[in-house]
Amino acid sequence: MNIVVLVKQVPDTWSERKLSDADHTLDRASADAVLDEINERAVEEALLAKEAQGGEVTVVCMGPERANEAIRKALSMGADSAVHVSDEALHGSDAVQTARTLAAAIGTLESVDLVIAGNESTDGRAGAVPAMVAELLGWPQLTYARKLDTDGQSVSIERESDAGVATVEANLPALVSVTEKINEPRYPSFKGIMAAKKKPVSTLSVADVGLSADEVGLGSAPTQVVSSAPAPPKEAGVKVTDEGEGGVQIVEFLSGQKLV
Amino acid sequence: MSEVLVLVDHAAGEVRKVTLELLTAARRLGEPAAVVVGESGTAGKLADSLTAYGASKIYVAESAEAGQYLITPQVDVLASLVSSAQPAAVLVPASIDGKEIAGRLAVRTGSGLLSEAVDLDAEGVAAHSLFGGAYQASAKATTATTVVTVLPGSVEAEAASGAGEQVTAEVPAQDAGRAATVTGHQPAEAGDRPELTEAGVVVSGGRGVGSAENFAVIEKLADSLGAAVGASRAAVDSGYYPPQFQVGQTGKTVSPQLYVALGISGAIQHRAGMQTSKTIVAVNKDPEAPIFDIADYGMVGDLFKVAPQLTDEVEKRKS
Ligand SMILES: Cc1cc2nc3c(=O)[nH]c(=O)nc-3n(C[C@H](O)[C@H](O)[C@H](O)COP(=O)(O)OP(=O)(O)OC[C@H]3O[C@@H](n4cnc5c(N)ncnc54)[C@H](O)[C@@H]3O)c2cc1C
Repeated sequence: MNIVVLVKQVPDTWSERKLSDADHTLDRASADAVLDEINERAVEEALLAKEAQGGEVTVVCMGPERANEAIRKALSMGADSAVHVSDEALHGSDAVQTARTLAAAIGTLESVDLVIAGNESTDGRAGAVPAMVAELLGWPQLTYARKLDTDGQSVSIERESDAGVATVEANLPALVSVTEKINEPRYPSFKGIMAAKKKPVSTLSVADVGLSADEVGLGSAPTQVVSSAPAPPKEAGVKVTDEGEGGVQIVEFLSGQKLV
Repeated sequence: MSEVLVLVDHAAGEVRKVTLELLTAARRLGEPAAVVVGESGTAGKLADSLTAYGASKIYVAESAEAGQYLITPQVDVLASLVSSAQPAAVLVPASIDGKEIAGRLAVRTGSGLLSEAVDLDAEGVAAHSLFGGAYQASAKATTATTVVTVLPGSVEAEAASGAGEQVTAEVPAQDAGRAATVTGHQPAEAGDRPELTEAGVVVSGGRGVGSAENFAVIEKLADSLGAAVGASRAAVDSGYYPPQFQVGQTGKTVSPQLYVALGISGAIQHRAGMQTSKTIVAVNKDPEAPIFDIADYGMVGDLFKVAPQLTDEVEKRKS
């Protein structure tokens, strides 16, 4: 079974995140960059499927050169090889353009059976890139999986959404996105980290995946950010220590605010 | 005036509140047209509420397949309406399904996609809150039609009567080879509490609650306030409360009038889902807990002493 995992490098949610003043794109230099936690779970799920069914796991990542670190992390967990789409022209691409680039990159690989992605990244939060990639590939989408089963021919998931839990099935090839409740990702072993250094990573340009530079990037994005600024800081409130009447005091505060 | 399509979010024969918010926002941009996708007989039950919130048209797309396939029936219906009606915008709730429908629609129709808008003006410029409220940005699309997902609870729904003219729309046949089939469904227990993202008051518990049984303390307080119950990721991962109630970066984003956090430290990823709440009250026994940095009213104390007293006092004032 040939499995592709889509991974993204994001600013660490523990660090301060901001947009650049010049063009309102993500200021990647201002924060520590990490492999988005949800992608570790996507890699884990791909490795579990490979262990059960045999096959290969290929990591596909779009991002600046520095995203190499996120790719190495996925390889050190056990993925076999990687495709890194890296091109100045991609700077400022929006969700639709990102999906186009990822779908095109998947298209350069032979006989892919299953694509696994995280349900939503922690920086963009459009929550739609996996669905858009499925649209572009013309494949069934099985998203928000909290459980995944595949026999190499078809795939079945438990999908957890606001409406409840649904069982969803499709034939391969298909695209699955996973939620953070699906598994606990393994830690890379020392051996894994050493082995990752020798695993093949092919770096592709926009032209290599068959797109032209005017289809991607800030200049041709179908959406434009017109302004951005840090939110005004919240005023500090009151802090009191419970001396036995804490519950009553809260109600007094709430009634002062007309909230009870 | 061009049409503005609103995808109707409905459950159990009722229009979800977010749809009324979207109809209100749609009126600023053009003529609101509600799009109902569902099994046969769905639109009839929803028409009155849609008309009362200004729908000038109601596109009725009914088919048994609407419930058997995931996402694609809605995308197919909206895509064909985008080409026939040439709307200025398509508004979709920023729910799990809504975001995916919007994404695929944008790709298929070549439209710009604006995600998780918290406001929308007459020019189609959307306001966004980024990185959990730490940043604000506004954006617009440069395409003929804009696809926008709007966060529930961000626009105040205002009634306005519309013509409510019903127009039949086709649900294109689904290609079983390319679509995912829904083979089973366990609906979320509706319960008596308001929906988390729609609630005016949210009471959340964290790891400090200590066990699933102890969450009864949180639920009792929530019920006295008519609130929804939320939980931190640590509480969910410890099995104290089900995952659909998680608030934060990777859970739900809530923006109620009042958010009460009990036994929650206030990690940045939790704050990302609740710091735009209008008023925040926190109870934590650690005076240094970061939740106090954003609380309007912080109580340093044991939640098992404070919460029951708070519940009793609220009940007392009600009677
Ligand atoms: C990528 C990523 C995404 C994440 N997404 C989310 C998310 O969506 N939502 C989320 O919540 N977290 C999320 N987290 C986790 C987050 O970092 C914290 O670990 C989590 O929010 C901690 O939950 P907590 O506050 O309940 O637990 P803790 O941090 O352990 O805090 C428990 C608090 O309870 C207090 N306490 C204990 N006993 C009592 C008592 N009897 N009375 C009063 N107070 C008491 C303690 O003083 C302490 O402050 C994410 C993390 C990452 C890396």
